[in-house]
Amino acid sequence: MSDRVVEVHDLRKNYGDVEAVRGISFHVDHGEVFAMLGPNGAGKTTTTEILEGYRIRSAGEVSVLGHDPAKRERSLKERVGIVLQSTGIDPFLTVTETIEMYAGYYPSRRPTDEVIEVVGLAEKRDTRVNKLSGGQQRRLDVAIALAGDPELLFLDEPTTGFDPNARRNAWEVVKNLISIGKTVFLTTHFMDEAQYLADRVVVIAGGLIVAEGPPASIAGREQMRTRIRFRLPNGAPDPDPRVRRLPDGTSELQVEANETTKTVHDLTGWAVDHGFELEAFEITLPTLEDVYLQLTGAEVGT
Amino acid sequence: MNDVALTARQVRYTNRAFWRNPQAAFFTFAFPLMFLVIFTALLGKGTVILNGLPFNQSTYYVAGMSAFAIITACYTNLAISVTFQRDAGILKRTRGTPLPGYDYLAARVTHAILMAVILVAICSAFGAAFYDATIPRGVPLLETIVVVLVGAGSFAALGLALTSVIPNADAAPAVVNATILPLLFISGVFIPIGTDAPRWVDVLGRVFPVRHLVEAYLGAYYGKPFFDFSWTDVGVIALWGIGGLLFAARRFSWEPRR
Repeated sequence: MSDRVVEVHDLRKNYGDVEAVRGISFHVDHGEVFAMLGPNGAGKTTTTEILEGYRIRSAGEVSVLGHDPAKRERSLKERVGIVLQSTGIDPFLTVTETIEMYAGYYPSRRPTDEVIEVVGLAEKRDTRVNKLSGGQQRRLDVAIALAGDPELLFLDEPTTGFDPNARRNAWEVVKNLISIGKTVFLTTHFMDEAQYLADRVVVIAGGLIVAEGPPASIAGREQMRTRIRFRLPNGAPDPDPRVRRLPDGTSELQVEANETTKTVHDLTGWAVDHGFELEAFEITLPTLEDVYLQLTGAEVGT
Repeated sequence: MNDVALTARQVRYTNRAFWRNPQAAFFTFAFPLMFLVIFTALLGKGTVILNGLPFNQSTYYVAGMSAFAIITACYTNLAISVTFQRDAGILKRTRGTPLPGYDYLAARVTHAILMAVILVAICSAFGAAFYDATIPRGVPLLETIVVVLVGAGSFAALGLALTSVIPNADAAPAVVNATILPLLFISGVFIPIGTDAPRWVDVLGRVFPVRHLVEAYLGAYYGKPFFDFSWTDVGVIALWGIGGLLFAARRFSWEPRR
């Protein structure tokens, strides 16, 4: 038995003349959180729905838990949980009834109480779906997907439309899934979400994978230049020709450094010599967002 | 679980949700009974000439409203609520689970037929109590049961078929009513088609299944000398139902249309 839960090789999908997915390959290993990151229209949902069996690929090879999802076999559906990007739930059943109804379709199930606990809906267990908030309904989506105790979970943009607080809560739910040993295939267009949740990320843009790797080092992120920012009192001269004033008119200055230690030494030495204080002094690595914008910028702009 | 057990289980959930939905419960249940009371109050004192004999209109409406109840529960309500479920993504979600699609639809259809049976029973009790419509026994009762079941099943199949041409949930009530209301009027549901009715109404009505449902029901429920029960009517209804089923099998959509 291979440890590969999902394997995709040279996957393509056309809608008429439009190529939504243009030959992508990746794999998802057992027990990992795999994130597909990309802007709207990049091909994330198309790829996900091919893996889920909702769409038929135009070309390439796809294997999910050893099955071809295009065959829509019941034996595969019994092992997979799906949270679609937007789906409804019968508005007139309660949280508990809904989870039990869906759990009944599967040969193995998780106890309903436990599922409700994992997604944090314990206080709403007897509430009807139409009385839940949007965020609570989304958590119920996850609960439904978990009800049949799947080995693999698909989460298609699980936090789109959430306020920051609800997103944090949703992330905790996903962290809980990891702790109970699920393999998670996640799509998102939020960099911080991929960074926080994923073990591995592929960045997709215009139907192609443009980068792949762990969030910390994707696209050579750890080797990119650090960014040093600070403020100087009014009237102070620029310390170094490499330092730029930020264009937004604040008194903030920035320098991008290859040799961080030396540059910091130079700057602080200069400030001490001249008797200035470097206010709001900050050294940062490029964020995943910087990498992402750099990778997808061209496609986003067109 | 086997298909029958899965379907039966799904019928219970469908039923629970149905009764908690005030619109569905009201329109499906109150409408036929309300119409029965209104029509008999307004027109029920007259008689209509059928087979050359005068027949009480109020008694007639008991059968008319039973047919209307079957159509409301199985065609109108089923088509609208399944379209709503499709557009809300509920069908798509179900499609991603191991529950076979035909089990899910079988549960919806079974529930619609059960509602139709209950409604017909209420109409019959009402009719017996207030409008001189005696509930038949023996063979005519069996014939009535067959008409109700074949009618309910066929109109449910047509309701499912119709969902595949309804573009979205907002359009569902309009499309459903546009297809069924004219037929209800020319098929003797609201207005008995007497011997003096225009010929085109008579001919057009016989093409579609509603008139056959009304006539089969009248024939089974009241029988001679006013009406003749004919298996041909039942056969025409069943043919429409089979056609609907085949169309639905080919064109039914599980995903929202946007």
